Amino acid sequence: MKILTGNDLKSGAVVWWDGTIWSFYVNDAVDVRDQADEIIAREQSARRVNSAYSLEATCDEQGVRPAHIKDRVRALGPTVRPDLTLKPKDPTAMDWVI
Amino acid sequence: MYKYDNYDQAMVETRVAEFRDQTRRRLEGKLSEEQFRPLRLMNGLYLQLHAYMLRVAIPYGTLNSAQMHALADTAEKYDRGYGHFTTRQNIQYNWIKLEEAPDLLADLAEVEMHAIQTSGNCIRNISSDHFAGAAEDELIDPRPYAELLRQWSSFHPEFSFLPRKFKIAVIASETDRAAMKLHDIGIQIVKSDSGEIGARFYVGGGMGRTPMIAPPIRDFVPLDQLISYSEACLRVYNRYGRRDNKYKARIKILVHELGADEYKRQVEEEFAHMLEQGVEPPLAELERIKPYFADPSFETGLPTEIDRSDPDFALWVDTNTNPHKAPGYVSAVISLKPVGGIPGDASTEQMHLMAELSKEYSFDESRVTHTQNIVLPHVKIADLYALWTKLDAAGLGSPNLDTIEDIIACPGLDYCSLANARSIPLAQQISKRFAASGKTKELGELKLKISGCINACGHHHAGHIGILGVDKKGVENYQLLLGGSEAQDTSLAKITGRGFDEAGIISAVETVTDIYLDKREEGERFLDTYRRIGMDPFKEALYGE
Repeated sequence: MKILTGNDLKSGAVVWWDGTIWSFYVNDAVDVRDQADEIIAREQSARRVNSAYSLEATCDEQGVRPAHIKDRVRALGPTVRPDLTLKPKDPTAMDWVI
Repeated sequence: MYKYDNYDQAMVETRVAEFRDQTRRRLEGKLSEEQFRPLRLMNGLYLQLHAYMLRVAIPYGTLNSAQMHALADTAEKYDRGYGHFTTRQNIQYNWIKLEEAPDLLADLAEVEMHAIQTSGNCIRNISSDHFAGAAEDELIDPRPYAELLRQWSSFHPEFSFLPRKFKIAVIASETDRAAMKLHDIGIQIVKSDSGEIGARFYVGGGMGRTPMIAPPIRDFVPLDQLISYSEACLRVYNRYGRRDNKYKARIKILVHELGADEYKRQVEEEFAHMLEQGVEPPLAELERIKPYFADPSFETGLPTEIDRSDPDFALWVDTNTNPHKAPGYVSAVISLKPVGGIPGDASTEQMHLMAELSKEYSFDESRVTHTQNIVLPHVKIADLYALWTKLDAAGLGSPNLDTIEDIIACPGLDYCSLANARSIPLAQQISKRFAASGKTKELGELKLKISGCINACGHHHAGHIGILGVDKKGVENYQLLLGGSEAQDTSLAKITGRGFDEAGIISAVETVTDIYLDKREEGERFLDTYRRIGMDPFKEALYGE
């Protein structure tokens, strides 16, 4: 599947396109198929997102998983500071990244 | 240390107001990201993996306690309670909000700090010896000249849009503690045979994807022509440096392609012209700057003996202090490399403590090292035990300077959008493994440097052991390098062979250190043994070749 990510303009926080708005959680990401360019242009123009791009991901019962490790690090947070990630109390979270 | 005059302060405050307006216009949609990006970068604000990242300049790595407190407050108020000291003696914050950045910069301006020219194709923060003004082996304090260069290069209209970024280091001792020959311009303050003090220029060094050691361009430039000669070096680069390919745009490529002799010829021609133009700042400005770097009021008749009855303290003294020019004093290095820790990171509380200790024990001064540690430059030997006790209680007393646990590591893929692989986890695992094995002390001086990509912010080319993270079909992979140095015996490390996965590279480091322990001769460092026996024994142990 093809999903969209970017950074919130004001805060810089990593966000994912959920079909309607930008979510902090990669599991909310939806397949944008061939709509990536159109959504990015519209959302960046409206200043709802910054530096958006599309990427490949897989989706199964575990949720959405970006294909590249860089995007998985973006989705979770720094692997060396579990306390600052989106899953600070999940000891298996790092396995998902790596 | 240097104090802003009204002109300095007005420049910084004006820039904050300008950036506040630019930020407002961006948030209101009056500036596109394409228009805003170069403006925020000129103020040190990047967009990284997780958020905006702000790089704050620390000129030649020197801070007073008010500034260190302000850095701590910034971490608390605008970030997530910590900052990351960098390999260019600066500090970076990883979680900055764009809408708060102008307020942050206004707060920093109150303590004479800013983020100007910490990004972009301009002359970056001037770096220097972290023991400047304290080391017993220095000729003079290089910082007045570093400050003069800072003033000259700040907002220099001709050099605001260079072909690529430009880094200058200034030292004044034979011992190079600033990686001077790996800068675009390395300046060494020297004394001529006739006893005159001047500057030796090395031009065209650098790391990155094409590492090069700067060749000497001129052995002696009179100090009252320092700026004119620097300007001439920059002018030739600005005119002929490549702008068609960012990977070939650094001055090292120009010097290499022209040849050092031809580059020098062109610089000399330009220099003669500069002398006619009279661009050198008036000597009065240098004389105004110098008193700010005068020695503090060192006491005399102080004890020079150290009570070594506490073995942990004695070990810290042996590894983390440097001889001082004033009897009864030393420079103490605070390691930001606890076993298993993140190299260069310091929490709000640790920064506040270091500020307080610098005020109590070091004439209100601290320094950031390019190896991502903090120096208290002027500590009485009699105060060392009290200082160490407080540092140790705060997790800042690691006795590991210049050992395999004192690892330089860039932020890597955990934070940096350019990175291909994570570097911090390797540093954490290596320091844990060697601390647990008890080999750290036995290995002695061993500088290990890790970069998460070819841009080499972790100085892997200059490590006795270097590690470079690469992307191998979407998986982190690590190349091992041996034989680099960024000291006075500067050399570039060579790749051992095929790369390793994360577990493999940790074992590979242990393998090469075992070879060293097996092959070393009396008094040899890892680097000395490598230079004597060459790469083959290490390759054989690593790959069976």
